[in-house]
Amino acid sequence: METQTASDDGAAGLVHTGGVLARIQHGLHRYPTISPLMVLFLSSIVFTIVGHGNFQKPSTIGIMLQQTAVLAAVAIGQTLIILTAGVDLSVGTAMILSHIVMAKLFIDQGMPTIIALLLGLVVGVVMGAFHGWDVTKIGLPPFIVTLGTFYIYQSLATLYIQGQTLFPKDADGETRNLLLWTGRNFKIGSMQITTGVILVLVMYIVFAFILSNTAWGQRVYATGDDREAARLAGIDTKRVLLSVYMVAGLLYGIGAWVQLGRSGSASTNAATDVNLESITAVVIGGTSLFGGRGRLWGTLVGALIVIVFRLGLKLAEVDVAYQNLTIGMLILVAVALDQWIRRVGK
Amino acid sequence: MDDARRPILSARGLVKRFGRVTALSGSDLELYAGEVLAVIGDNGAGKSSLIKCLSGAMVADEGEIELDDHVVHFKRPQDARAAGIETVYQTLAVSPALDIATNIFLGRERRRSGPIGSVLRVLDKSGMRRDAKKALDDLGIGTLQDITQAVETLSGGQRQAVAVARAAAFGSKVIILDEPTAALGVKESGQVLAMIRDLRERGMPVILISHNMPHVFEVADRIHIQRLGRRVAVVTPQSHSMSDAVAIMTGAAAA
Repeated sequence: METQTASDDGAAGLVHTGGVLARIQHGLHRYPTISPLMVLFLSSIVFTIVGHGNFQKPSTIGIMLQQTAVLAAVAIGQTLIILTAGVDLSVGTAMILSHIVMAKLFIDQGMPTIIALLLGLVVGVVMGAFHGWDVTKIGLPPFIVTLGTFYIYQSLATLYIQGQTLFPKDADGETRNLLLWTGRNFKIGSMQITTGVILVLVMYIVFAFILSNTAWGQRVYATGDDREAARLAGIDTKRVLLSVYMVAGLLYGIGAWVQLGRSGSASTNAATDVNLESITAVVIGGTSLFGGRGRLWGTLVGALIVIVFRLGLKLAEVDVAYQNLTIGMLILVAVALDQWIRRVGK
Repeated sequence: MDDARRPILSARGLVKRFGRVTALSGSDLELYAGEVLAVIGDNGAGKSSLIKCLSGAMVADEGEIELDDHVVHFKRPQDARAAGIETVYQTLAVSPALDIATNIFLGRERRRSGPIGSVLRVLDKSGMRRDAKKALDDLGIGTLQDITQAVETLSGGQRQAVAVARAAAFGSKVIILDEPTAALGVKESGQVLAMIRDLRERGMPVILISHNMPHVFEVADRIHIQRLGRRVAVVTPQSHSMSDAVAIMTGAAAA
């Protein structure tokens, strides 16, 4: 009869007194949004220096915020899914299909804009429910489910409008309708902001609150952190997952609305970058691909970083090819950092 | 057995098969009020399956379970918890990235009073933190200073303490501990054993599954010996020695 002795880490309680590196590791573990904020801050300084005086202009910042809005909107959904240790590869095409449905129903079927908008959002929720159903009921990996639906939505969108570009203007050629409401702009000083930017900001405030202050939010984290542990702790993890995919689908619908307002039109090649960039924003924002770890605000910072790098490099007149090179490197650094942070207390 | 009282929890003829493998072949179990019942057995004897059936993590193919003289059918862990049976799994079933207070209330979060809680569904975080702290203090483990610390920053013994505190805070009838000392050092094991005695003193019946004979003989009132999917004997630390128990467990001696 052997007495089982521990090989456990008796020193774990002492980590706080470790070296500078351990302190940094613990700090980042507790506040994972610190590192993306620093990247955003430092890169903004660099681009201000090399941007020929254009980067820091309020008008440029306004444009960056508008460009960030669509990406940031769908990235909330992506964050929820990645927090559950899943991933959604179909974000972009789901958003495209949704915004095409909104525009098409208004233009061809003559539906009131409010109905067209709501049906577009419903399409988003249905797509999300389909992902959730595949993941929870059939047990398929989210990666495969959404790889499949990525192609499916792309195809459906193309078949639906046959390569047209739709302009959901009003009969008098004006664009005052609800579908384009998110594109309405106003000025703060010389910075031009759209209602879409404000809408997305409000979405972040609401969802950040939900994630940290409701049982649902905590259960999303618990399900992604250790699904079996969450189940044994009495959480219906399948229900949590299904709800996450449905909420994400709704968010893609709202992203679609913001996109309609921003471009004033709907087509199958709108915002194609958003698909992978939503994952990029989440990962750079410090959310772990392994689930259960991350902060929603980090995703907003991550989305801003992506846009700041793209526009900053452009303003610095760097070859376009370098944009993707630097963003790719950022992803690798972010994931490596996440691995290191996750080793706290191990 | 000299105990003529009715058991608080009992199982009769539990059978569980996985394909061709039979994990439980008609296993019984009785737990009486205020006792620590240890369940021992070799690997593959069906200890885990037996406990999973009692805690709702698994549904037995045959047999029945009675709690307080009522037949119960647990389909999910929630069912057993709702009936008053709390289980501390060997894996602890804690979420490493979440803090101590959140883990203690995981799955039965408390909302704020008034419309903020009922309509906006906002959690009563400060209340849960206060009560989580109290649950730890009750078990004499107030050493965890920061209740908002992530569980993964804790040592093995501290994590075990969090899991036991969760069970003790909510368990109203029975607490089941699955290999609570397996991953712990000598000092930490001692703390967990002290917690078990503490639970018994509070009148809480405990089922302790363990491989560790010295620990079993230290705290158990009775010892249920599981072998080849069924109960072969119930002994006490007074009636049998450790080597007797091991002999029965391995089949070297008849029960």
